[in-house]
Amino acid sequence: MSRLVLRGLTKAYGKLTVVDGVDLTLAAGEFVSLLGPSGCGKTTTLRMLAGFVEPTAGSIELDGKVISAPGLVMPPERRQMSMIFQSYAIWPNMTVAENVAFGLKLRKLPAEEVRRRLWEILEVVQLGHLAERYPAELSGGQQQRVALARAIVVKPAVLLLDEPLSNLDASLREEMRFEIRRLHDEFRITTVYVTHDQAEAMATSDRIAVMNAGRIEQVDAPHLLYTRPKTRFVAGFIGRTNLVEARLEGSEIGFDGCRMQMGQINGVPQGGSRPILLSIRPQSIGLHRVRPAGGEGRPVTPGTVVQRVFLGESWDYVVMPQGSGLRLRVTAPPLQVHEVGEAVWLEFDPRQMALVE
Amino acid sequence: MNDTAAALPKPVAGQAEGRRGGLLRRLRYVEPVTLLWLLLVLVLLFLVAAPLLKLFSVSFQAQETGTFTLSNYATAYGRARYLDALVNSLTLGLASAAIAVLLAVPMAWAVSRTDMPGKGFTWAVVLGAFIMPPYLGAVGWILLAGPNSGFVNRFWQWLTSSEGTLFNVYSFEGLALVIALHSFPLVFIFVKAALDLVSSEMEDAANILGAGTWTAMRKVTLPLVWPSILGSFIIVFLETIALFGTPAILGIPARINVVTTQLWQFFEYPVRVEVAAAYAMPLLLVTIGLIAVQKLLLARKGFVSQTGKGGERRMIRLGPWRWAMFGWCALVGALSVAMPLLVLLQASFAKAWGRGISLDNLTLRNYHLLIFEHEMAMTSIWNTIWFSAAAATAAVLIALLVAYIVNRRLMPFGEVLGFLAMAPFVIPGIVMAIGFYAAYASPPLALYGTAALIIFAFTARFLPIAYANSSAAIRAVHPEMEEAARILGSGRLQAVSRITAPLLRKALLGGWLIVFIVASRELSAAIFLVGPRTRTMAVLLYDLSEAGNFEVLAAFGGLLLLITLVLVGIGMKLVGRDFMLRRM
Ligand SMILES: Nc1ncnc2c1ncn2[C@@H]1O[C@H](COP(=O)(O)OP(=O)(O)OP(=O)(O)O)[C@@H](O)[C@H]1O
Ligand SMILES: [Mg+2]
Repeated sequence: MSRLVLRGLTKAYGKLTVVDGVDLTLAAGEFVSLLGPSGCGKTTTLRMLAGFVEPTAGSIELDGKVISAPGLVMPPERRQMSMIFQSYAIWPNMTVAENVAFGLKLRKLPAEEVRRRLWEILEVVQLGHLAERYPAELSGGQQQRVALARAIVVKPAVLLLDEPLSNLDASLREEMRFEIRRLHDEFRITTVYVTHDQAEAMATSDRIAVMNAGRIEQVDAPHLLYTRPKTRFVAGFIGRTNLVEARLEGSEIGFDGCRMQMGQINGVPQGGSRPILLSIRPQSIGLHRVRPAGGEGRPVTPGTVVQRVFLGESWDYVVMPQGSGLRLRVTAPPLQVHEVGEAVWLEFDPRQMALVE
Repeated sequence: MNDTAAALPKPVAGQAEGRRGGLLRRLRYVEPVTLLWLLLVLVLLFLVAAPLLKLFSVSFQAQETGTFTLSNYATAYGRARYLDALVNSLTLGLASAAIAVLLAVPMAWAVSRTDMPGKGFTWAVVLGAFIMPPYLGAVGWILLAGPNSGFVNRFWQWLTSSEGTLFNVYSFEGLALVIALHSFPLVFIFVKAALDLVSSEMEDAANILGAGTWTAMRKVTLPLVWPSILGSFIIVFLETIALFGTPAILGIPARINVVTTQLWQFFEYPVRVEVAAAYAMPLLLVTIGLIAVQKLLLARKGFVSQTGKGGERRMIRLGPWRWAMFGWCALVGALSVAMPLLVLLQASFAKAWGRGISLDNLTLRNYHLLIFEHEMAMTSIWNTIWFSAAAATAAVLIALLVAYIVNRRLMPFGEVLGFLAMAPFVIPGIVMAIGFYAAYASPPLALYGTAALIIFAFTARFLPIAYANSSAAIRAVHPEMEEAARILGSGRLQAVSRITAPLLRKALLGGWLIVFIVASRELSAAIFLVGPRTRTMAVLLYDLSEAGNFEVLAAFGGLLLLITLVLVGIGMKLVGRDFMLRRM
């Protein structure tokens, strides 16, 4: 278990800066995901951690020692890390057992110890019966387990994973998410997990670092990212949301005829009078035929249903509050049916709103 | 938890060291790649760039004094005979390429798109023609279609009870046909690869719109493969104008002078390298220019190869015509492989080849003579084997290192290496040989007559084959394979030797065998560079053909073919049946 610190980590290819001043600290044994859209620099960050890419600026420290900085890159083989690649990179010329034991043999452990740990880990990932097979004879999920076993068996200081599940089909992907989390709970290896799939990141991580265009937008526990997004990008990227322009007037927030006490909204700075941006989740908005009471400071406003889609598990409505151009997405349970053109009442919950930049 | 981590060397770089001593720390992590890169640059400069530069500079130097002059060019292009040779080469190239296309395109179409029977047989024909050294085919055709004594002409005389000649191989047509019969496999491989990418659906789409099978073929299929037909036409053209053996064996007696045979004459005593260098320039420039054209052709947008393997493919039903197609393939097989091989084999076991097959004409004397009595035969066999093996090893090794550096982007200017390694592709072998002669035959290196000179030339000449092969092989091994080993604790060299090398072994073996095979029969580069003790089989075969002793010549050709066949067999067994004919 090791503590990993990234300070102002930057990588530029010519004029193109693909990783831009990333600061991130992983506590020993922590599981952090790098989550972001394609091309935002996740892989590049991970490969800097592994020592395959030299940073242009900034540094990486492992347990207080600088292992990467411009002009100073400790080669990958000396970092005591393990990595799981998107292609798995299982060596086709070696059996499962040879693949997994590779790192152990490099460490010149006694043969007895190699055998013991090999079989231990093969049991953990349920591959004991396939030890003598060649990778070509394995399914995608089994290959994935070989990659996991090979990376974990050496008990690395840090485990790096680059979209390890993206080549699997949907159900297997779900199963492997829990597998990865289970292995983490068992071995508590400091882990950096790269993915562009938010469900994957949520299911596995202690904290998620959301990346966009080379920068980290927010680092938080999964549920906090969802309920308290700090930026417009995070609010839109994690789950779906309505971004609403509002005004802060003294201690009140208002948009389109709705007034709220700002004390109820998380993280609003005091005072002043200025425009702000609110993230309102579709499922936090209540939809009613008659005007609701609107207790506990919950503002209500009338509106019209302009569009609807039935998704099976829920209705997806688009509602326009009266006298405004806003189109709010509202999620409702299957039994709550409204026709297009129907007049409805919207009820907002300030506690589930977030102020974003 | 950290019990194994302890077994790895501790991270050394401390934050406290700060920025000072940056260079020292940098050096500590410098990989040997930089040194290797430098070494490879030197090797490639020696093998590729220097001979070419020397060729240029020599063409502007006066023979004795070495001062600047244009007189070499004046001499080289100052006589009608020399200019005729240039024209002859171009005409011959066009004729051979046209014949090769005519022979091979129907075959490629039949194999790729129709239900013609005997496709395996057709492949064997193509492989056979590909393996047969061209000058050996030429000798076979002398036995078949020599003006009076050739079997074909004697059969014709018997048939018509006349004195006439059906086909005289010592003629321009003869020369063009014999060359085409050797080079059509190139067209076949190119065009078949393109046809394989045309899906039946494309033709169906035309059918739906009302086009019949023939119209669909003319309007859809043919335009789609047109660039590859043209591309292979260019390749055969270039092969032909650079070919030495066949024009020398058939053309010189027929008084048809071409560029390569003219170059050879400049090398007859007294050797006039300077004039030869000047005279070789058109060959070099035409080759460079046409290969650029060919690249453009094949890279054009909308060409089949870019749409990928699309859709299902059904074979066109030919009905009775499928036997006609098969007949065509069989005919090409007979002319290119079966008939020349048969007469050569007959001659090699005959006391006098003209007497045909009969018991009292049978003898092992020719082989006996070569193996036990001939002063050069065994030496040349040994030379061929070890020159080829050395060149193949060197070429594959250099190509592998260059391909690795280029593909893994280990150095900022890696592409320079790749460019140098591919450059000999646009240099005709004969031109390269003259360059090597000019650069290294005389002092300071004075390599004339040494094995090294030939091995270097072979290595350079076949470097592109090895490079294409290695590059493809390395691209097939995902870089993450190696990175996975590194992150688990092995250094770069160890990762390469434990992971990459075993994964590449088969492909590299294939590349090695191909280089060996083409090197073992190389004539045009060898003939300018061999000394009395370094003759190769190909050169000795040419010497024997000049002497006109066809029985011994045929036997020696048989030995060369035997060596080739053994290697092809090994390759097919270890690497895969199609290892010779994969399109590179
Ligand atoms: N060696 C390189 N040279 C130039 N640009 C590069 C290089 N490697 C990556 N890039 C660029 O850096 C950007 C970030 O790449 P990176 O692979 O880190 O993205 P990613 O977040 O992992 O995306 P994905 O989800 O698609 O894997 C991309 O725009 C890519 O084109
Ligand atoms: Mg990536």
